[in-house]
Amino acid sequence: MLDRVDQAARPALAGRPMPFRGGGFEITPRRWLAPGAFALVLAAWQLGSSLGLINPMFLPSPLAILAALRDAALSGALWINLSASLVRFGGGWVLGTAAGLLVGLVMGIFSAARAIGLAGISALFPIPKIALLPLLILWLGIGETSKVTTIALGVFFPMAVATYSAIDAVPRNLIRMAQSFNLGWSAIVARIILPGALPGILAGMRITVSVGLTLLAAAEMIGARYGIGAFILAAGNLMLPDQLLAGVVVLSLLGLGLAWLLGRAERVLLRWR
Amino acid sequence: MQLIARGVGHAYGAMPALQGIDLTVQDREIVAIIGPSGCGKSTLLGILGGILRPTAGTVAIEGAPPADSLNPFTYIFQDFALLPWRTVARNIELVLHRHRLGRAGTARIVADVLRRTGLEQFADAYPRQLSGGMRQRVGIARALAVRPAVLLMDEPLSALDAQTRELLLEDFLDLWLRAPMAAVYVTHNLAEALRVADRVAVMSRRPGRLREIVPIVIPQAERTRPERQGEIARLHETLWGLIKDEARIAEREVAGHA
Ligand SMILES: Nc1ncnc2c1ncn2[C@@H]1O[C@H](COP(=O)(O)OP(=O)(O)O)[C@@H](O)[C@H]1O
Ligand SMILES: [Mg+2]
Repeated sequence: MLDRVDQAARPALAGRPMPFRGGGFEITPRRWLAPGAFALVLAAWQLGSSLGLINPMFLPSPLAILAALRDAALSGALWINLSASLVRFGGGWVLGTAAGLLVGLVMGIFSAARAIGLAGISALFPIPKIALLPLLILWLGIGETSKVTTIALGVFFPMAVATYSAIDAVPRNLIRMAQSFNLGWSAIVARIILPGALPGILAGMRITVSVGLTLLAAAEMIGARYGIGAFILAAGNLMLPDQLLAGVVVLSLLGLGLAWLLGRAERVLLRWR
Repeated sequence: MQLIARGVGHAYGAMPALQGIDLTVQDREIVAIIGPSGCGKSTLLGILGGILRPTAGTVAIEGAPPADSLNPFTYIFQDFALLPWRTVARNIELVLHRHRLGRAGTARIVADVLRRTGLEQFADAYPRQLSGGMRQRVGIARALAVRPAVLLMDEPLSALDAQTRELLLEDFLDLWLRAPMAAVYVTHNLAEALRVADRVAVMSRRPGRLREIVPIVIPQAERTRPERQGEIARLHETLWGLIKDEARIAEREVAGHA
């Protein structure tokens, strides 16, 4: 028997090789492609500027933006504005996240809270929060409170939605299992629901970070003496595009840094995945 | 201790899933429940263990569970129901925590059940690192940790491949023969039922009723012996005769609904 199989498998007469038809749509990692492409775009940009093909009044060269950034750092302007922004963002984001987590948790666990909260969120979520800033200034004054509140409001809604959705996504069979072993209510919340919702909550935080940064910049452009948003606006008014773009670079670095921190947190907290 | 269902029925909304179930589970007895899929086996098991409220009838507990039992009615789930963010040992600690056995007491029980289920080396593994069979061993270890009086098993092996199923079933019977306890074993696999059960309860298609209860008098330890195979085959024939037509009609019903 075995002999016959072997004989059949032996390539006595060279046949045509089977044409390969698999492997479709497979995404494979390409480690150096992204930085390479990025460097290439920057180099082309710089070359265009150096050759005078790009008007520096509209788009300054990467090196000019870097120089503006260095000047701002050396003159201290960068730090004054950056620290003002960080305090606002930190305050607003932490407040909004804490409130969103709490409300989302309650909505995720109690049916009555879900019904009421859902109605409230559907009504208020679509309002662009920056449109409320004038009202908040009216209520709270032009100081920090109104700006922090705007950011907190913007962060609150997506955080609440992400939290209760994450709780919904915790497999019900795990909760039933816990009940069948007579685990108490608080043990189920602390040991099943919260850890099970953590991936969704962290994903929600990625969204709220970018929402918060958008609102930060917008609020600082409406009424602030210091802040990266105010810095960008002032540069625009003075027709200093290199300074303006330096401010934009700072904002995007801020966003990247926060995303990196969240990535670290995910790697530590979600090691089990 | 006995678990007694009297006139148990259940309806999901307007749809009756279960009707007029009278069933007694005796001390240290394994009752297998077989029937076509969708006939209400899981529903019945949920009601028997108190995690689902029947819409008709009652389930009564006669006599006290053993004093050392931490969770008298304990489930083993088809999908294992392990917390993916906890290691094997911590999954078992989860169900011991509220009993305040102290660090040493908890560790002793965890070590004991891991040893009995052959999981000593996997105490610190996460569920995703384990094969399906190993995961269900964790499910069994977790159940043993609370020293149940009645084990409630809902198709515990049907997520596993055939070889693993066979191995795990033998290991489970080994454990059971060493320390017998009452068990309700839901399955749609006749061979499994014939291997483990003292009595096989056959259910009709939806709404599920008990059609017949078939006693299997051969001791579990003797059921793999060659001289018993004729008898087992005849029982298989009997059971298959009872469920064949039901299964055929149920299959069409489900297909028609879907
Ligand atoms: N939560 C539920 N809501 C509505 N119908 C359900 C629910 N659970 C089960 N059913 C229905 O009840 C019937 C019995 O279900 P189940 O007890 O899971 O059967 P089995 O375990 O025998 O396959 C099935 O028709 C199923 O679709
Ligand atoms: Mg079922």
